[in-house]
Amino acid sequence: MDGKLELRETQKLEGHSDRVWSLAWNPVTGTGGVPAMLASCSGDKTVRIWQQGSSKSFDCTAVLEETHTRTVRSCAWSPSGKLLATASFDATTGIWQQIGSDFECVATLEGHENEVKSVAWNASGSLIATCGRDKSVWIWEMQSGNEFECISVLQGHAQDVKMVQWHPFADVLVSVSYDNSIKVWVEDGDDDWHCAQSLGESGSGHTSTVWALSFSECGNRMVTCSDDLTLKIWDTSGNPSQTSGDGYAPWQHICTLSGCHDRTIFSVSWSSEGVIASGAGDDALRLFVENKDNVVDGPSYSMLLKKDKAHAMDVNSVQWNPKDPQVLASASDDGSVKIWELVGVSQ
Amino acid sequence: MVTGLINANPVVYERKERHLRSSPVVIDEYAVEPIDQLEIFEHVRDIKDPEHPYSLEELKVVTEDSIELDDQQSYVRVTFTPTVEHCSMATVIGLCLRVKLMRSLPSRYKVDIRVAPGTHATEAAVNKQLNDKERVAAALENPRLLEMVDECLAATYI
Repeated sequence: MDGKLELRETQKLEGHSDRVWSLAWNPVTGTGGVPAMLASCSGDKTVRIWQQGSSKSFDCTAVLEETHTRTVRSCAWSPSGKLLATASFDATTGIWQQIGSDFECVATLEGHENEVKSVAWNASGSLIATCGRDKSVWIWEMQSGNEFECISVLQGHAQDVKMVQWHPFADVLVSVSYDNSIKVWVEDGDDDWHCAQSLGESGSGHTSTVWALSFSECGNRMVTCSDDLTLKIWDTSGNPSQTSGDGYAPWQHICTLSGCHDRTIFSVSWSSEGVIASGAGDDALRLFVENKDNVVDGPSYSMLLKKDKAHAMDVNSVQWNPKDPQVLASASDDGSVKIWELVGVSQ
Repeated sequence: MVTGLINANPVVYERKERHLRSSPVVIDEYAVEPIDQLEIFEHVRDIKDPEHPYSLEELKVVTEDSIELDDQQSYVRVTFTPTVEHCSMATVIGLCLRVKLMRSLPSRYKVDIRVAPGTHATEAAVNKQLNDKERVAAALENPRLLEMVDECLAATYI
């Protein structure tokens, strides 16, 4: 590409009456004639569904309310796009299904002692993971008729667990925490889940709260972001659940991006084209890519661009559109969601 | 629940004399006056200590000098000194400071709150909690805690 790259704001979605904590693109929309759809969740206790119309702009087509009694912190679509899970400070996780033009809460997952902070579906949609301030990670299995059964409660983190994410194709779960560590959980067979690896301060890990993580498309790398103002890239040489000795291929630290952020980094997202986006407490968005040439001391990454004042307040969540790797959505304390397009600008 | 007060006999200081600010010679209605250290101090000086009928200024928990700010960068840091090293009210005081500034300052402001180094037994843990906005948000959704904070802030709105 000859020209410079620029992150251009294409739309600002307003409607929430409190900060927007998180957002999620519906994975089966935005392609094959199906308009793109995304969900955003807020301190106003609701979830809003936004759909791209014929004019290419997004409209709010549903508001999921009167269910959660406190902040909705995180939301995640099932891989089929048919169900939406919502994690709330009210200690429950809601499961919603689209009925016509509206959404109905078809199940409520209870068990956490206090605020649930994150929810994620595995690649096949058979499992859901949740985590929260009670320091635990719960794994739920979907039964017939939208019923969910808790199959494991994972203890191990010493503090508040901020986020859980499943590997893009293997049933490997990663959690990040206020205890500064990253933990990898695998199953032994027979619902026996355990912590296979813990990436802490001593092993090139973060030195403060780890807020989020994102896997690369093929799943051999992941990026984590922290209150310690760095992004860390981790690599696993093979299929992370392949049997080799103890049946687990460990993650290794390969790169730390420091000096690029001066406030807490709340969110990261890795696009299918290999661009890492970060959202931070200085209201800015930053993009990073791997340096492909002159790789002497191993893989390295550098900042591609910085979008100052992307929002009027902290950026809490960034998510690349899985169907269009040039499109990025961001959510902020300012109560808005913004849609961006990565474009080349000829000089 | 602790029945006795953590610090039954705090040292009480005199309040600093308050001077009326002189009005500027040229009045430009549209000029945004920069926020300064004294203005921030005025927002927090009358916050009541959660345990005693004295303000944070009277107990020297906050002073004008304990406030660092850069209005151009929209940044402020308040350092507070709990009256005793093992003060379990330290997080409540920090929360009161945060809430008052959140309600009083423009939303562009970034606020850091910390305990004065060396003045609290679990300094790092207190600082970490006070600067984790998710923990702060969840705490403020607790009605009893919010009520406690609002009681401490009541005197500052007069």
